[in-house]
Amino acid sequence: MIITEEKILHWLEEVKDPEIPVLSLIDLGVITGVDIVDSHVKVSMTPTFAGCPAIDYMKKDVIRVLHEKGIENVEVEVSFKSQWNSNMITDKGRKALEEFGLAPPPRHDFIIDIDILQHVKCPYCRSEDTEVKSPFGPTLCRSIHYCNGCKQAFEQFKPI
Amino acid sequence: MSEAIRDLLYKMADDELILGHRNSEWTGLGPMLEEDIAFSSMAQDKVGQSLAFFELLHSLGEAEPDTVAFTRNANQFHNCQFVELPIGEYDFSLVRHFLFDNADYLRFSHLKDSAYTPLSDLAKKFMGEVKYHLMHGEIWMKKLANGNEESLTRLQKSLDYAFPFALGIFEKSEFEDQLITDGIYNGEEFLKNLWLEKIQNQISKTPLQLDTSVEAVFGGRKGMHTEHLQPLLDEMSEVFKVDPGADW
Repeated sequence: MIITEEKILHWLEEVKDPEIPVLSLIDLGVITGVDIVDSHVKVSMTPTFAGCPAIDYMKKDVIRVLHEKGIENVEVEVSFKSQWNSNMITDKGRKALEEFGLAPPPRHDFIIDIDILQHVKCPYCRSEDTEVKSPFGPTLCRSIHYCNGCKQAFEQFKPI
Repeated sequence: MSEAIRDLLYKMADDELILGHRNSEWTGLGPMLEEDIAFSSMAQDKVGQSLAFFELLHSLGEAEPDTVAFTRNANQFHNCQFVELPIGEYDFSLVRHFLFDNADYLRFSHLKDSAYTPLSDLAKKFMGEVKYHLMHGEIWMKKLANGNEESLTRLQKSLDYAFPFALGIFEKSEFEDQLITDGIYNGEEFLKNLWLEKIQNQISKTPLQLDTSVEAVFGGRKGMHTEHLQPLLDEMSEVFKVDPGADW
């Protein structure tokens, strides 16, 4: 079997974020590199947040899936050499988030302030008449909002 | 050089670990659900950041992160005394969070340009995380300082108590000059001045009064701590010490 980077990336679509099971690691943007030397595959990853407890699960899942595909020699390196930010979530990932009921993060130019969290489009009714309730939510990557349109609380994958 | 870097990394790692632990003491006790979640999330961020610093230290030859975090005694910790103070009431925890996280954010914003790449990589990452802490602290300071007489009085009292300890964040190490010469960072005095300007600006938008001429409480960076640190360490390491070799 000839192993290519494209093939590895395609297979890694099967590995999902354990806290947001509709989002693959590719869509999340946490896979930062694939190096293939002969039959040895090294996957580089970076956490969304330093304190994200899901990173160990993701790492194990990458190894498990690649083993299942017949790649014996897998190494996963987790580092901060390239730093994740929410602009790295793909368009497909953003769509999946919205369908899952989580407002996707707006693309930003790294100037994050409270204004960027106001008037987030409600993933349920699409109203923009919403307000931020807390910049912290049930996981590090989510904030809590309230929609005045459909009178429901919702969460956003927050811009970072 | 490497001893100077290690000293710098240890003090940041210990600040994040100890304040992270203190913040986690609000889990289940926050004055309202959102605040419970906020302090718990900030705790998680800080402990995560300390882990990344300890991993970097491990790559420089120091012991494993868990060993370093759970087996040292108080006099081996390099955190400033500010972060080890008990959580007190919500007003004190809020004031500490506001003062510390402003310092933390400025520190990381500055360290992102460090000549020491592994550190600048972490700083770039942590800036984005601490930005949310900053937002949270500033909103609540403004809200409560402009609340009623009780909220203002409480904040003022906590600010007066906290400020000398907060100045202790910027205690210089013996390696200060070397770190500046080597382009690792511009040193504590530089950061303190940026921070003072930021804090004074924020406070000036509220009825709070701030006397910046008070004397700083130093000692933490050199292993001198208050009576509050050792009990915290005992509690934090209690489970680890039951079976130090356990694989969690």
